[in-house]
Amino acid sequence: MNRFSYIRAETLDEALSAIALPGSALLAGGTNLVDLMKYDVAKPARLVDISRLPLRGIEALDDGGLRLGALAPNADTAYDARVQERAPLLASAILAGASAQLRNVATTGGNLLQRTRCAYFYDPCTPCNKREPGSGCPAIGGVNRMHAILGASEACIAVHPSDMCVALAALDARVNVQGPGGVRVIPIADFHRLPGEQPQIDSTLLAGEIITSVDVPADPFGPHHSYLKLRDRLSYAFALVSVAAALRLEDGIIAQARVALGGVAHKPWRDQEAEALLVGLPPGREAFDQAARAILAPAVGHGGNDFKIELARRAVVRALSQAAAGAPQSQSDKRVR
Amino acid sequence: MSEDPSAMPLQLTVNGEVRDLRAAPWVTLLDLLRETLQLTGSKKGCDHGQCGACTVLVDGRRVNSCLILALTRDGSEVTTIEGLAKDGALHPLQQAFIEHDALQCGYCTPGQICSAAGLLSEGQARCREEVRELMSGNLCRCGAYTHIVEAIETVRLSGAEAAA
Repeated sequence: MNRFSYIRAETLDEALSAIALPGSALLAGGTNLVDLMKYDVAKPARLVDISRLPLRGIEALDDGGLRLGALAPNADTAYDARVQERAPLLASAILAGASAQLRNVATTGGNLLQRTRCAYFYDPCTPCNKREPGSGCPAIGGVNRMHAILGASEACIAVHPSDMCVALAALDARVNVQGPGGVRVIPIADFHRLPGEQPQIDSTLLAGEIITSVDVPADPFGPHHSYLKLRDRLSYAFALVSVAAALRLEDGIIAQARVALGGVAHKPWRDQEAEALLVGLPPGREAFDQAARAILAPAVGHGGNDFKIELARRAVVRALSQAAAGAPQSQSDKRVR
Repeated sequence: MSEDPSAMPLQLTVNGEVRDLRAAPWVTLLDLLRETLQLTGSKKGCDHGQCGACTVLVDGRRVNSCLILALTRDGSEVTTIEGLAKDGALHPLQQAFIEHDALQCGYCTPGQICSAAGLLSEGQARCREEVRELMSGNLCRCGAYTHIVEAIETVRLSGAEAAA
């Protein structure tokens, strides 16, 4: 780890002035940042510890939604009775990710801002356009089993590793941020970005801004949701493919559909045109397969991850079937039904 | 060894004892426990939060001490494997690990037991499958998982309090 100085911010204003100094990085739970520092991938000159700011709360909003404090630990969010009642898809996705120890520490804001787990990004001995812009992408033509099949670029085929964010994308969450210019709200769909020619930039959060909370709108899907995560071992592994699916059914017909994919792109992947194909149809394999094919139509494999295209197609169909049946995937009994 | 000039003060209550300490900003809780306090029960397995051998309880919650910078926990209570036995009697989980032969080499065991203590106080595991899932952050390369789950299930079903 590089040498750095450390200050503890007691108020949001203190944190905002501290982060304005070049070379500063915010430290919340630290489960990703400290790890990146151990690999010399992150080398901040100064850590601003924001873990004691009063941003840990979870609030039930009057409109039926939720406000998750930026510093709420993932475990607190997943096990909160109001979250389980109002956004069970989110609670399920959080419990599909990481381990109990990590969920006790990792925060809402940190989950949004975590970096890719691409092995080349993590290895300073290899080139990486995300770590050192312009140096190249060894994952293209290299070992790319875990990499993107949608929305990638010639500069980067890394994926965003979060489970939580996939559910937030399906639920149209909003990210509340505060910066030197005041407060603003970033829709989750606009928060993470595709790599394009600047894969070093993961999100649209600006320098000097701090996430204060995430709002999750009232969820009209009832029991018709599922978070299905497929990975190389049954627990505690990043997704090869994950799907957050939610349906609103009216008189046996799909009135609204949400499908977000994880592990396949530089951001949680939504395709609203494909979702629209489902509306007005009876839930069933035929409709789900049509939507899944539409979502995966632009998919491109890179050799090692070619299998993910078919895997993702099947996972979308299965997650939508689980949602339609009101039988969400269990995160402890891993049998996929 | 002379103290690093970057060291800053912090106070921790470690296994019930108040300790006034100093640590440089880059010192992890795990290194502080092992190197400064000579509490070497918590193990440095992967040092990246992937194996769980460093698991301790901070303010009652199980965490990977390798990913926590010590200074960030100024004022906290830390319980390590060395602090679980009370008045000369093993913690019920320690006793159960012995009785169920829940280890081979033993390297992961302190982390497994601290993690299990956290699991019991969280109260989210209601069956064997959930114990397995909620212990997935602790790897055992000898493969003693079956007996580990058995040991934890025995304590969970007996209702013995997790002393944490």
